[in-house]
Amino acid sequence: MSATTIDRPPAAEFAEQPAEKKPEVAEKLVIFAWSGELDKIWPTLILATTGAAMGKETTVFFTFWGLFPLVKNQVRITGENWMQKMLSTMNRGGDEHLKLSKMNVVGAGPAMMNHLAKEHHVASPHELMEMAKELGVHLVPCQMTMDLLGLKREDLIDGLDEPAGATMALAEAQGAITLFI
Amino acid sequence: MSITIATSLDLKGLSCPLPIIKTATAMKRLAPGEMLEAFATDPGSVPDFKAWAKATGNPLVQSDDSAGVFHFVLQKKES
Repeated sequence: MSATTIDRPPAAEFAEQPAEKKPEVAEKLVIFAWSGELDKIWPTLILATTGAAMGKETTVFFTFWGLFPLVKNQVRITGENWMQKMLSTMNRGGDEHLKLSKMNVVGAGPAMMNHLAKEHHVASPHELMEMAKELGVHLVPCQMTMDLLGLKREDLIDGLDEPAGATMALAEAQGAITLFI
Repeated sequence: MSITIATSLDLKGLSCPLPIIKTATAMKRLAPGEMLEAFATDPGSVPDFKAWAKATGNPLVQSDDSAGVFHFVLQKKES
């Protein structure tokens, strides 16, 4: 008899705890940054820095077009062969050379957007990228896309994590909030 | 009850996500139980501060506004 009365309270406590804790916060945030455009990289970096500020272990996995914003702003042409070089000619890398996904108007759109951002004291993608590093966000370039698009480690900015693959990204995504942008 | 503020942040004029980023960074330097106050003008910071406090477990002790300036007081949680 006494055994049942002793057993129950801890059992009830255990049952309550996970139910209470689980929906509250995921401990990790993983963003797959597939798009390299200003209006997509911007929210990606806003969410990444905010996630880190909320105490989440945050990882951004940069792949395909999302890799180009990681190219150093002063690097103009990347790639080994003519196809990769043409790609970088038509799609300049760097977080200060991003295009809008709509209303780009040969660069007039981004110029206006950057002007508005300054006026409203909104941090630029470049500033957010620096903040992300300071906050300990893991910025991981996709190794396969780097090879495919002809981007070498020295073409990319400092402060990045080691290039990795899909397995690392998915392993990191286990139990995390995941976003594909 | 009087509140002793350890750090005061002026976040007026800043937009999302800067008020939260700067607050989170400053909160790291506080000892458990210490208070931080912040002044912001971004109306979005009202729900954001509430959500940040809830997500991180650092209590939002006070949240009010006067003349378009939002005032928040956060307490560093006991670790």
